[in-house]
Amino acid sequence: MTRLTDLFWTLLATVRDVLPIAVILFGFQLLVLRKKIINLHQILTGFVFVLLGLAFFLEGLEQALFPLGKLMAQQLTAPEFLGIKDGATDAGSWTQYLWVYLFAFAIGFSTTIAEPSLIAVAIKANQVSAGAIGTWGLRISVAIGVAVGISLGSYRIVTGTPLHYYIITGYILVIIQTIYCPKSIIALAYDSGGVTTSTVTVPLVAALGLGLSTNIPGRNPLLDGFGLIAFASLFPIMSVMGYAQLSEWVANRARSKQRGDGRD
Amino acid sequence: MIESIRDLAPIIAVIAFFQLLVLQQPIPDLGGLLVGTLFVVIGLTLFVHGLRLGLFPIGESMAHDFAHKGSLLWLLLFAFALGFGTTVAEPALIAVAAEAAQVAAVGGMIENSEASMTSYADGLRMTVALSVGIAITVGVLRIIKGWPVQYLIIGGYMGVVIMTAVAPKEIIGIAYDSGGVTTSTITVPLVTALGVGLASSIRGRNPMTDGFGLIAFASLTPMIFGMGYGMVIQ
Repeated sequence: MTRLTDLFWTLLATVRDVLPIAVILFGFQLLVLRKKIINLHQILTGFVFVLLGLAFFLEGLEQALFPLGKLMAQQLTAPEFLGIKDGATDAGSWTQYLWVYLFAFAIGFSTTIAEPSLIAVAIKANQVSAGAIGTWGLRISVAIGVAVGISLGSYRIVTGTPLHYYIITGYILVIIQTIYCPKSIIALAYDSGGVTTSTVTVPLVAALGLGLSTNIPGRNPLLDGFGLIAFASLFPIMSVMGYAQLSEWVANRARSKQRGDGRD
Repeated sequence: MIESIRDLAPIIAVIAFFQLLVLQQPIPDLGGLLVGTLFVVIGLTLFVHGLRLGLFPIGESMAHDFAHKGSLLWLLLFAFALGFGTTVAEPALIAVAAEAAQVAAVGGMIENSEASMTSYADGLRMTVALSVGIAITVGVLRIIKGWPVQYLIIGGYMGVVIMTAVAPKEIIGIAYDSGGVTTSTITVPLVTALGVGLASSIRGRNPMTDGFGLIAFASLTPMIFGMGYGMVIQ
């Protein structure tokens, strides 16, 4: 019974979050565009589905996956598990945290695959590119980007190096890749940086960052705990452009091979 | 439904692997976990269905109508309202702003009292919402004019780098993170449909190269504005 009442409160909270968006949409539609909405019935049904879906989704995450995921992040970053001795003043060798990096990678990858906004963008990209961009191809390359980003971000917290060195280097790599990658993918690649970090990823990644920066000697959760999200939004840009470059290269090679075969 | 199960399978596998093999601990409340997972699967299925029925069509039809109405001012105003309105109430942003206020209070940038922390957090939230509004407006203008997305983004990166050099170091991590939390699960499909819809309604624009990119702006400007806020308050 408590589950149902919880679900009801989550539904109310979702309605409250969606309300400003609905007011803007319908306000402009009625007052500025002054046109009747085609298929109004279908669109309203869609909104109801989205509201119900989000409420179930968030409530399920709150009840099951978040508590366990956060607990695991705490356990994996607990001093006993990491082998940090009482009174240690430095972080020790970065290699003693291998499980943490592996967890960061795995949790980054798997939460990104389940991220609803990424699913939405992948559906749209698939439609617009007339099937040339596969929904799974895009989602997996974004997920790999997030996974690498969060692992590297955990390494940064362990070593305590300044955040902006990594981000600025990342920017330079993105700019170089932008010059060489197929033009049609650029905007989508930039977008995939922003969509990765929302409902599912942020709470778990934040718990990991907080656990690491609290338990590792010499780190301050208020200063070092941030920044994982920034990594998770930067690396997918690179991996999506990389994916496009790779598919272009494979296609070119197949084509030139075919041409070679024809000459024989 | 089957697709949603496939979407969630990796998380379940990761949790099971680390909990049982690495930490070697039993799963607490297995029944609750299963019910919760079932909720997530149902929720994801309904959400994706609702996207196709409601959010995508309305985003596209409004983009189409605005393009035909031909009033640039109203379109830009709509873009700003959508960016600002969806961000200012975003729960993830409220959480980040509250944490930022705590960092600022501990770091001695603001007075360590309830009132000054609330006003700091509200200020940061407004600044970020304003920056997202501006981002969507500029992004829509870019689609209309057909400017290449990379010049604007690279310009934005330079802005971030310059601000990083001059902003107080307590705000940097928070400002970087606020770029990631602004775009919510409902905003993303709407804004994407709006961009793609505009690019396909305007002659000479390609929905693939011109339609995407709005989200990218919305995650870039909060970093610049966030660091700017940190400097002004200091």
